Amino acid sequence: MSALLQVRGVTMRFGGLVAVDDAALDVAPGTITGLIGPNGAGKTTLFTVIAGFQTANAGSVAFAGEDVTALPAHTRALRGIARTFQIVQPFAGLSVRENIAVGAFLRHPSRGEAMARATAVGEAVGLGPLLDRPAGALTVAGRKRLEMARALATEPRLLLLDEVLAGLNPSEIRDMLPVVRRIRDDGVTILMVEHVMQAVMSLCDTVHVIAQGRMIAHGTPAEIARDPKVVEAYLGHGAARRLAGGADA
Amino acid sequence: MRSSYLPIAIAVAVLAVLPLGTSSNTTLNFLSFALIVALAAQGWNILGGYGGQFSFGHAAFFGTGAYGMALLQVRFGINPWLALPLATLMGAAVGAAIGALSFRARLRGSYFALVTLAFAEVFRILANAWGFTGGAAGVLVPLRIEAANMQFADRATFYWLVLACVAAGLVLTQAMARARFGAWLVAVRENEEAARALGVDSLAVKLRAITLSSGITALAGGLYAQKFLYLDAGIAYGSWISVEALLAPIIGGLGTVFGPLVGALVLLGLGEATKIALGHALGGAVPGVDLVVFGVLLILCVAFAPRGLLGLGANVRRLLRRPV
Repeated sequence: MSALLQVRGVTMRFGGLVAVDDAALDVAPGTITGLIGPNGAGKTTLFTVIAGFQTANAGSVAFAGEDVTALPAHTRALRGIARTFQIVQPFAGLSVRENIAVGAFLRHPSRGEAMARATAVGEAVGLGPLLDRPAGALTVAGRKRLEMARALATEPRLLLLDEVLAGLNPSEIRDMLPVVRRIRDDGVTILMVEHVMQAVMSLCDTVHVIAQGRMIAHGTPAEIARDPKVVEAYLGHGAARRLAGGADA
Repeated sequence: MRSSYLPIAIAVAVLAVLPLGTSSNTTLNFLSFALIVALAAQGWNILGGYGGQFSFGHAAFFGTGAYGMALLQVRFGINPWLALPLATLMGAAVGAAIGALSFRARLRGSYFALVTLAFAEVFRILANAWGFTGGAAGVLVPLRIEAANMQFADRATFYWLVLACVAAGLVLTQAMARARFGAWLVAVRENEEAARALGVDSLAVKLRAITLSSGITALAGGLYAQKFLYLDAGIAYGSWISVEALLAPIIGGLGTVFGPLVGALVLLGLGEATKIALGHALGGAVPGVDLVVFGVLLILCVAFAPRGLLGLGANVRRLLRRPV
């Protein structure tokens, strides 16, 4: 099975800081793939490179077998890569429906179709009763759903979710998990950056771990949780051994 | 939803019968002038109101339209009915060029405003110095009253011509606001980064907006030249029109179909009324008093009606509808 998204050797420097160092990662079609790592590991930077918002200093990004490294963000959206933003970016002056319609217009040039599509997508992510509200009036949870709805309205093949669960309370997270799963079941491949481990464990088929700009591990969630390199990345050098020792004592 | 064009039809019909109620040339001249400013403001509103790119230099387009209209007739003997669309295209071309330079350089906000202001000033200085444009003496379009020459014996006829252009501007704005281009333009105004993530080519959208915007404002300039048959650099490229083209939509309602028209009529109407009233009271003209009125209106709007008079009207309607 060939990967829908192939990232090879991506390096991103900001001045002297190497935010992402020679990163490689594959996302298989039809999966939910997680990208986790401690704060400042370079997850969001890698995301912006994949979505085309920043040009990497080195490396390549291939989507559906074609090299998209040189394409700008809006062209990648047309090819089928959609992203959400960690810091939500609603069009505050527009209604929820109009927000989603901006995404829907990409593949439905007529207003009637775009609006109908926006309504359908909005209802699918649970924004049905709020469609005519101004986007600026939504709660944090509502805004996260709006981010997803807008991205989905572009009818992507790959959806990049950047911490859609951050800032939500446990019950809101519980409500959100089936929404993400249903998106995958509808045929959209998902790559998600996430800090909420409970969600990563229950949603993801494969997890990639990045720390200090380098990919240090990948595997199923269960494999990752046992990997000493991952434990050390989160808890510090030698933590895995100390934890193991503690268990013996 | 054809019914969204009904308010436009009503407004245009009301404006169309206004000249029947007056035979005063002063009134007709004032109304024509107010509608020309409204048209220039409609152009500004597409880029500034819908697109959020505030230009302080729409005089560059207004002046290009005006000089284009006058010089094509005087220097090349082209019929005004052909010169007017040509002048409009020239203004649109200048807009596209300024847009390409400044948007490609990723200028936004106050930087974009300053660059447009600078372009307009450069054009003013060049037009003032160059012999081809008549230099400081300006250009005079010869008086030859004939319908074929776009000069009419009855002032109401020219007023209706201007009104037809304003009506076209209203329909165009309404159609744009409901089309994909309008949605994308507003998205770029609200959040350019998010718009790009949704597949919007923000540079292309802004370039189309400034081209359309400058074309409409250039059309207003062309009409101005034909109305007054005289131009100099200070009139055509003067900052007065840059200011009025942006004040009218701000006072009327930014990014709304009727904002520029309502704003221009209120702004110029109050300015003119103050001039006349003070003139009577003091027994002589008080030059520049209309600018004081503009300033006061702007302050009142920013303080009490940040969404303009149309936004204020909507708020009042909502208050009245609310059960007490």
